Amino acid sequence: MKFDITKVREDFPILKEKVYDKPFVYLDNGATTQKPLQVIECINNYYRRRNSAIHRGMHYLSEIVTEDYEKAREKVQNYIGAKYSHEIIFTSGSTGSINMLAFSFGERYIHPGDEIIISTMEHHANIVPWQMLCERKNARLKIIPITDEGELKLDEFDKLISEKTKLVSVIHISNVLGTINPIKKIIEKSHQHNIPVLIDAAQSVQHIPVNVTELDCDFLVFSGHKIYGPTGIGVLYGKEKWLNELPPYQGGGDMVDMVTFEKTTYNQLPFKFEAGTTNFIGAIGLGSALGYILSLGLENINNYEHELLNYATAKMKEIGDIRILGTSKNKSSIISFLIKNIHHLDAGMIVDKMGVAVRTGSHCAQPILQRYGIDGTVRASLAFYNTKEDVDALCLAIKKVKEMFS
Amino acid sequence: MKNINEVQEEIIEEFEVFDDWMDKYNYLIEISNDLSLIDPKLKNNEYIINGCQSKVWLNAEYNNGVIKFTADSDAIITKGIITLLIRVLSNRRPEEIMNADLYFIDKIGLRQNLSPTRANGLLAMLKQIKLYAIAYDAKNKSVS
Repeated sequence: MKFDITKVREDFPILKEKVYDKPFVYLDNGATTQKPLQVIECINNYYRRRNSAIHRGMHYLSEIVTEDYEKAREKVQNYIGAKYSHEIIFTSGSTGSINMLAFSFGERYIHPGDEIIISTMEHHANIVPWQMLCERKNARLKIIPITDEGELKLDEFDKLISEKTKLVSVIHISNVLGTINPIKKIIEKSHQHNIPVLIDAAQSVQHIPVNVTELDCDFLVFSGHKIYGPTGIGVLYGKEKWLNELPPYQGGGDMVDMVTFEKTTYNQLPFKFEAGTTNFIGAIGLGSALGYILSLGLENINNYEHELLNYATAKMKEIGDIRILGTSKNKSSIISFLIKNIHHLDAGMIVDKMGVAVRTGSHCAQPILQRYGIDGTVRASLAFYNTKEDVDALCLAIKKVKEMFS
Repeated sequence: MKNINEVQEEIIEEFEVFDDWMDKYNYLIEISNDLSLIDPKLKNNEYIINGCQSKVWLNAEYNNGVIKFTADSDAIITKGIITLLIRVLSNRRPEEIMNADLYFIDKIGLRQNLSPTRANGLLAMLKQIKLYAIAYDAKNKSVS
């Protein structure tokens, strides 16, 4: 199938909006993605015609929605290549997933003196929950260092592994640098020592094929809103054997088998981890988003975005005085940069007024910026509905910034 | 010396000639050079204002009944904004600062044209300026 960008853009009504009387150029896809009509209509339809609580009623709509919710789980299962649909837990997002795991895994397996390995380029969501766990359990965090290009130092990773290591948790694609990390190698190395691995796939599942069975990762998380789905929904994938062993995170309705005041027994997977009424319409919307991506083809998406990344990188280099952070050869469509010695906030304010949406600041990943001795960047993150014209608009805005602050 | 409202009117008039925000930003960049700079030795955590996305340092000195503010920021547009605040509020008596109604901020569209996080930064700066005024006012009253 040929990737028809004009047709694709028609699916995203927001792209026709204007800001400050200028065409809206959205290059903040790393923060959140826009929603195609298919997803918007799906959610709309469920609220208008289907809304009923799942797993509760015997009535007509409740059963239909319950079935569709479980179908959404199967869609996620197929999308990431999990063995069973009950290995898919719906959460509020990547952050919710990691916090859930940090609690459940921590309660069961982490003891004083144990170590958890993460990397320098983690998002705060994959740092802070582990720090909190380490404080509770008197455990320690170990950090994989990176090269100047923004690649993990795997030889240093080898040295960090010890009999104290209980978990390795790394980001698949860096939200700041765009680096695609060699997670397959990390998983293999960890498994040689029987250490489970969590992959933070919040920035990868929307760009490149991710198959949990091929990777053999133990856990994987991602967010719905970064993959063209609704906000407030996310996924925790866990291998069946782990999820069976881990204690539940939250107690409440639906996650129980039998409740008496003396003792409660828990429901089976996946419901053990889904206390209370979940964001079921969000989950169904996420299923719809995954269907949309598959209809375009992940390979088409990847090829197109890669071409756009190369175009943008070349164009920005042409402008001059631009420092790009993250220059790995293995990169996704994220470009973090600084213009001369101009503050990222100053640059961001001008770029915004030119109608171009980018992110400025620390990108919820302060340690990686500290690694480079800076406190923020401007970040353009591209999606498959972006065009070379969008990139040109960004370049024009950058030139304007240079001119204004020269 | 002009009073607080006279200076506010002056600023509003200056901004009226600009049609769009690029021109206003250009003006803020230009006036950022006029800022009474804080002593570089004071550019440390003690003088930093929390709540701003860029770094902002502010100092206040009380002499002859008035407070003189000096400041700096690592972002130029922010620096331009503080320049405006200081132009209105520096060299004033504490109670003048405490009672000031700073309508020029909305009138020139500053608040609306800053994102909520940046507007919070502006509010944080204002709060710090007013806190200095309250502190010196209280000190005066306890002395007299």
